Amino acid sequence: MATDIIIHDQKDNVGVVVIEKVTPKQDCKCWIMENDSSADIQSLDEIPLGHKIAMADLKEGDTILKYGHDIGKVVKSIKKGEHVHVHNVKTKKW
Amino acid sequence: MFMFTTLKQRSGRRMEIPKSFLGYKRENGRAGTRNHVIILPVDDISNACAEAVANNIKGTIALPHSYGRLQFGADLDLHFRTMIGTGSNPNVAAVIVIGIEPKWTKKIVDGIAKTGKPVEGFHIERTGDIGTVMKASKKAQEFVMWASEKQREECPMSDLWISVKCGESDTTSGLAANPTVGNLMDKLEPLGVHLCFGETSELTGAEKVCATRGATKEASDKFMKTWSAYNDFILKEATDDLSESQPTAGNIAGGLTTIEEKAFGNFQKIGNCKFIDVLEPAEEPKKGKGLYFMDTSSAAAECVTLQAAAGFNIHLFPTGQGNIVGNPIEPVIKLTANPLTVKGMGEHIDCDVSKILSREMNMSQAGDELIKTTMRVANGRLTCAEALGHKEFVMTKLYRSA
Repeated sequence: MATDIIIHDQKDNVGVVVIEKVTPKQDCKCWIMENDSSADIQSLDEIPLGHKIAMADLKEGDTILKYGHDIGKVVKSIKKGEHVHVHNVKTKKW
Repeated sequence: MFMFTTLKQRSGRRMEIPKSFLGYKRENGRAGTRNHVIILPVDDISNACAEAVANNIKGTIALPHSYGRLQFGADLDLHFRTMIGTGSNPNVAAVIVIGIEPKWTKKIVDGIAKTGKPVEGFHIERTGDIGTVMKASKKAQEFVMWASEKQREECPMSDLWISVKCGESDTTSGLAANPTVGNLMDKLEPLGVHLCFGETSELTGAEKVCATRGATKEASDKFMKTWSAYNDFILKEATDDLSESQPTAGNIAGGLTTIEEKAFGNFQKIGNCKFIDVLEPAEEPKKGKGLYFMDTSSAAAECVTLQAAAGFNIHLFPTGQGNIVGNPIEPVIKLTANPLTVKGMGEHIDCDVSKILSREMNMSQAGDELIKTTMRVANGRLTCAEALGHKEFVMTKLYRSA
């Protein structure tokens, strides 16, 4: 089965695109590494290889979880299926 | 020729892990994966002389750099440690040291001489470049012809000192290339190898999780102290938004959004290993086999130069977007899981693990592939970076000179 998106940990609210790109309205197959399970999601944006997709609706101030850990905060609300990157997420560190 | 041991794989398949490699045995009991004769300038103004000698005598390499004058305190200590450590590395058969004046030149010669390898120093004052080039060239010729007769011999795996550092990372690094290195560490650590990771600033966000991987409370506390000092320094010097530098523009293009995300990806390189000690930059490990953390910059060439100076003799470098760094004395093996990097710049990639992303390869198989590549390079196969002439030798400077 082809995998479009890999998610590190069951707790994560983002996944990583592992094909050249996903396109808007694409039905994507996700694989969760931690427990070898599957999930489905429809993308809303074009998202290139290596970039992240939101697995849930996220609002300003929410924490992004990847590897099961806090990797930053949402600074602009994000809909499930949208591209997650520097335009809507910032570090909590620097 | 090789003896093999077997390891049960998660897939049920058994991969034979070599118990030995073909290396160059050195006078102090260490073994090298390479047999270099180096011309080492003590300071910036001796570069021209060192490069002239390397041009005269084929098979030698000069290691020009930018520093070595008017340094003081901890910064000067680091300069000497890096110079002496580089000359002492078992990948180096013999050393010519050239400095402007005799005192610092002798200090470096004496430090390297403790290994028992051939080393001789020359200073330029009162002789000039031309006379020094002549004298040093005669000795360099003698050294390189002597070294050229050295043969590779069977050495135990525990003679491998493996350093790791990732660069131009993207999300494929944390997903696949870095965990492949972690898988190799998990498989080779029981064979008694020395291992080293660094990149203090690029553990920011994952520092507390990393601290829990100290083998002792002492190691964990030392790590937190080291990380905090580096973080305080960065915050003190920062004049604008640090997220312009960390993650880098290349990291961001590859999908990495924050330093925390980069840090958790970085951290995958150590697998399930625990670190037994925290090293100063370029400090030789003294607690025996196992994993060490070294306090280093996260810039590729600076980090690898410090690890080589600590005595590591083979380097694993996972990349996402395609960092191309090499080192003059420590072979740097590149691996990537990014299929676009393999396609666009395959001449830089020694080990392709991109099939992890398409799930045609699991992590254990990828780790096995990397072990095979590592053994071939340890036995003498040139790395891509060596074949392409990458010899980035970059000294770390802690602060301005006096």
